[in-house]
Amino acid sequence: MLNMQNISKVYRTDLVQTYALRDFSLEVHEGEFVSVTGPSGSGKTTFLNIAGMLEDFDGGTYMLDGENVSKLSDNARSKIRNQKIGFIFQGFNLIPDLNLWDNVDVPLRYRGFKSEERGRRIKEALEMVGLGSRMKHLPSQLSGGQQQRVAIARAIAGSPRVIMADEPTGNLDSLMARQVMELLENINEAGTTIIMVTHDPELARRAHRNVHVMDGQVSDPAILQQPVRGRQAAVAEN
Amino acid sequence: MFNYYIKLAVLSIRRNPVLSALMVAAIAVGIGAFMTMLTLYHTMSGNPIWWKNDVLYVVGVDTWDPAQPYFEDRPELPPEQMTYRDAKALHESGIPTHKTYTFRVAGVIEPANKDVAPFIEMGRMATSDFFAMFDVPFEYGAAWDARADQTDEFVTVLSKETNDKVFAGENSVGQTIRIDSRDYTVVGVLDEWNPYPKFYDPTTGAFRDSEPFYLPAQLYETLQPQRGGSTNCWKMVNIADFDAFNNSECAWLQYWVQLDTPDQQARYRDFLSAYLQEQAELGRSARPNQILMATPAEWMEIQEVVGDDNRVLVGLSALFLIVCLLNTVGLLLAKFLGRAGEISVRRALGASRLQVFRQQLVECGCIGLLGGVFGLGLSALGLLAVKGMYRYDGRLMMDGEMLMVAFATAVLASIAAGLWPAWQICRVPPAGYLKTQ
Repeated sequence: MLNMQNISKVYRTDLVQTYALRDFSLEVHEGEFVSVTGPSGSGKTTFLNIAGMLEDFDGGTYMLDGENVSKLSDNARSKIRNQKIGFIFQGFNLIPDLNLWDNVDVPLRYRGFKSEERGRRIKEALEMVGLGSRMKHLPSQLSGGQQQRVAIARAIAGSPRVIMADEPTGNLDSLMARQVMELLENINEAGTTIIMVTHDPELARRAHRNVHVMDGQVSDPAILQQPVRGRQAAVAEN
Repeated sequence: MFNYYIKLAVLSIRRNPVLSALMVAAIAVGIGAFMTMLTLYHTMSGNPIWWKNDVLYVVGVDTWDPAQPYFEDRPELPPEQMTYRDAKALHESGIPTHKTYTFRVAGVIEPANKDVAPFIEMGRMATSDFFAMFDVPFEYGAAWDARADQTDEFVTVLSKETNDKVFAGENSVGQTIRIDSRDYTVVGVLDEWNPYPKFYDPTTGAFRDSEPFYLPAQLYETLQPQRGGSTNCWKMVNIADFDAFNNSECAWLQYWVQLDTPDQQARYRDFLSAYLQEQAELGRSARPNQILMATPAEWMEIQEVVGDDNRVLVGLSALFLIVCLLNTVGLLLAKFLGRAGEISVRRALGASRLQVFRQQLVECGCIGLLGGVFGLGLSALGLLAVKGMYRYDGRLMMDGEMLMVAFATAVLASIAAGLWPAWQICRVPPAGYLKTQ
């Protein structure tokens, strides 16, 4: 599904250059739920941004769904983001002026779906996250947990191949976090690959496997080619 | 997607009402100033009889002072008006399809309805061809017939406004109207007709309304009316002596002909030269080569209906619009960059740079449209001010063409102002904003 080989990302100033990722290699298989952990500044978010094609990288090869995406144009990258990737952010990143319906509608608009198709998908997605009755509410009228569920609905409405979640429970209390995690697990069980960056070891343990990043590299290279396993097995092992 | 962008633009404008209002105000002020000056220029530079521009000619012959030309700066031109004796003589020619000599006269109109007080107006005397050659539209009746150009018939044609005032807008053909203590039979009532500039007689003001009543020029010698136009003489004459004045070298009439073919035009030019030659031989100061045969457009140019100051004002107002737009560029940049977070989310969700760019430009267009609407209001006020300042008593308002220009200018100018800010925002790297949103 996702295959990064020797990815490097350098931030340069006049005086210094800092490697955010250095020879970063990782393969994620179809249907996997991978958690990415590591200390602050280790390169987790940079990895996720590059994986989500929100950021360029300086070296290495990146294959997504069998396609080399290293040298694609902005238009092609946008299309892949729109069709194959769903994003969930720590801060929810809902558009405050738009009600829930319109927020979930955003990626579908860029996808070019017809009105009926968009409506069906929005309804299904919001009902799946338990907010089918609040479609006309603004984000500000919802709790943090509800807002994150809207963000999840937005991420899944376009039926992406992979969901990239950056600290999806970071702004939530433990009860809300559990609900969100359960939603992600349900989505993964339905076949969507999930890559989740988190600080929370308990949440990381609930993934099929955990990738630990340290100083811009995967800290245990053995984990790179680890095969897909059932969640129970992964949880039991951890 | 266009409708979607419109919806987002409306939301964005409502989200930052103060900033949006500032931008709309900046564009409105620029558009208001620009359209005021452009409308003034457009009104002044229009040709209200463009469809006959190649067949209508104002005629002038040079029987002016041999010691100095009439126009100091254009000595090749004869006087802008004609003497009565020349007009009468030229009127004998059978070459033109239509011909008329015409001039303004004062008259007191006494309505039969005693509730309407008598009022003084500046009317016009002309021959019947005046109406045919200038395509003057009639609401009721028609022009007087050719007989009234030969013998005294006390008939009149009224403007729509006069008919509304005196006859309450009803068909007054056949009814009597009293002008200067004499009864006239109404033979025709004009429809709306106010050519701007008043090409057939710009000498008394190119932007005055057309006359409220018309009388046969044939009646001039019988009525001996009070003339209302400008009179220029180069020889001493007792203007109180009617016959002496009519035989003088004073120029005070406008003379127009319609020449439909090149052959007619050539023959008429020859006729004018021959006439001047003959007058010179008779001892008058006449220059056979100094002939004026100008189309309405050329006539407006000669009369300098549109002055250089008007062009300068249009240029200055365009510069002012550019300054307003530069202000708008700054405000748009601030507005768009303030939305970098939202744009980053949209980019993450699949919006391409081009889609973001288009979204911003549609918003610019909407702001421009609002600016255009308010700018039109300011322009209307500006035109009122111009009318007041220059004591301009004619019609000065935007026509359909100017309205289109105003909206197109406002929208295109706003889009142009938005190009740089939109380019900047669509190039913002989304990753940096997604974490901090």
